Amino acid sequence: MKEEFDVAIVGAGPAGVSAACILAEAGLKVIVLERGDFPGSKNMSGGVLYGHDLAQILPDYMERGCPVERNIIESRIWYLSREGGYSLGYRDDIFSDERKYNAFTVGRAKFDRWFAAQAQKKGALIVPSTVVTGLLRDGNSAVTGVVTDREDGDVKAKVTLLADGINSKLAASTGFRSEPAPDQVALAVKEVIEIPADLIEKRFNVSNGDGVTIEIIGQVTAGMDGIAVIYTNKRSLSLSIGANLQDFVHSRIKPYELIEDFKKHPMVAPLIAGGRALEYISHWLAEGGYHAIPRLYGDGYLIAGDSAMLFNSLHREGNNLAMASGRMAAQTIIEAFRRRDFSKNCLAQYGDKLSNSYVMNDLKKYRRFNGFLYWHKELFGTLPELASFAAREMLTVDGLPKKFKQRMIMKELRRRTSVWKLFKLVWQGWRSVK
Amino acid sequence: MKIEDKLFLDRYRVSEESHLKIADPGICMKKCGEQPCLYFCPANVYRLEEGRISVHYEGCLECGSCRIACPLLNIDWTFPRGGFGICHKFG
Repeated sequence: MKEEFDVAIVGAGPAGVSAACILAEAGLKVIVLERGDFPGSKNMSGGVLYGHDLAQILPDYMERGCPVERNIIESRIWYLSREGGYSLGYRDDIFSDERKYNAFTVGRAKFDRWFAAQAQKKGALIVPSTVVTGLLRDGNSAVTGVVTDREDGDVKAKVTLLADGINSKLAASTGFRSEPAPDQVALAVKEVIEIPADLIEKRFNVSNGDGVTIEIIGQVTAGMDGIAVIYTNKRSLSLSIGANLQDFVHSRIKPYELIEDFKKHPMVAPLIAGGRALEYISHWLAEGGYHAIPRLYGDGYLIAGDSAMLFNSLHREGNNLAMASGRMAAQTIIEAFRRRDFSKNCLAQYGDKLSNSYVMNDLKKYRRFNGFLYWHKELFGTLPELASFAAREMLTVDGLPKKFKQRMIMKELRRRTSVWKLFKLVWQGWRSVK
Repeated sequence: MKIEDKLFLDRYRVSEESHLKIADPGICMKKCGEQPCLYFCPANVYRLEEGRISVHYEGCLECGSCRIACPLLNIDWTFPRGGFGICHKFG
């Protein structure tokens, strides 16, 4: 391509498109390169998006026809053993009223396509079906554009924003980010299961397009450090389950068998009964946490979103961090154009902006959390089993005194683990999230 | 539901050329004891067939796991050519 752009963005996901919207609005000449057939065609998330960060980019996103599946009014957490489990939920009317669209479900194939179309309306050029395979550099190794898999596919740009996701081979091959180690990513698989809308509303006790999220840990990941989720869409449920890739390697558990077992769990099966699977896909989640975040800028380039490993695995927040980092990258680039300075020194503002925002604050706060889960596999085996044993015994009315049952539970607990170990677990858990 | 049936749900535009290659097929059988690719790949791309590991790239979900979790880092991994590979319907 002979044309030269102000900004080249790699990847038309939430980070790249957020940046594209803001840059195009500021009058800069922006090109977004997307490897999929259309924006969203390669993207996957559990399915929840947060209105706050989207509104920072498009305050009128609902008027623009944002493809919302269901507005989330209730969040449930399940702690499951093989046979049963605990359920805790919080529902609040405020989420269907004044804080509506605080969180809502989306299908990424639809959402990302819509989001990219908004950037296009603002003047950004979105080019799909194009893989960025390398970067152009000048004599001082400053980035001056991208190399693509198209014929004559070099695109020159004053600034390049890498927003090509967690599976960014580009970031690794350019040395901007080291290739993640297997224990720094979680491998997740997802099934979308079609269920009629009225049946979803009955099964989840909601109405009027409202929905529920369920986050699940315990024995569903068969002893691996992982999580499963069930999210309600308009006419389907999203079921995802994932675990640390290193745990998959060690355990020899097959992801597609794990999700099949998950679907058969007594608390899951009734929710999806009669449903028809529509799609089966897979993706990584960034599990490296704060310490895995690479340097986020250099001469002529910045990195945003998942490719920068910005993911809060405790709160399952990713696309809001992508949107926020894309927005801050764009603001930094606009300032760089004002100063006509695209050097590392000038783009360093991006790092400051992120550090002063909730993005880095949250990631720093939870920097110990990923390691905590990874090194406490009992959370996904022994403990849910013991917890279920305790509840089952206390709830069974069989003429035995409760004191006797309590002793029986404590005996089992000491046999399987120890009070000291439990105390340590609670202490370290608290430290990892405080 | 079997993995073949799961992959059958998906939409692909299959390239004639594989985007996944085993760099040195010899060492998979000689030096790799665990062969974890046979298990962790969510699309069952890697299968032990006739004494060697075959690569069924057509069903690849493009997660990237084999690139980093192959114990010998023996997989030449690229994205499929622009517009090819899996195409999410819902995402």
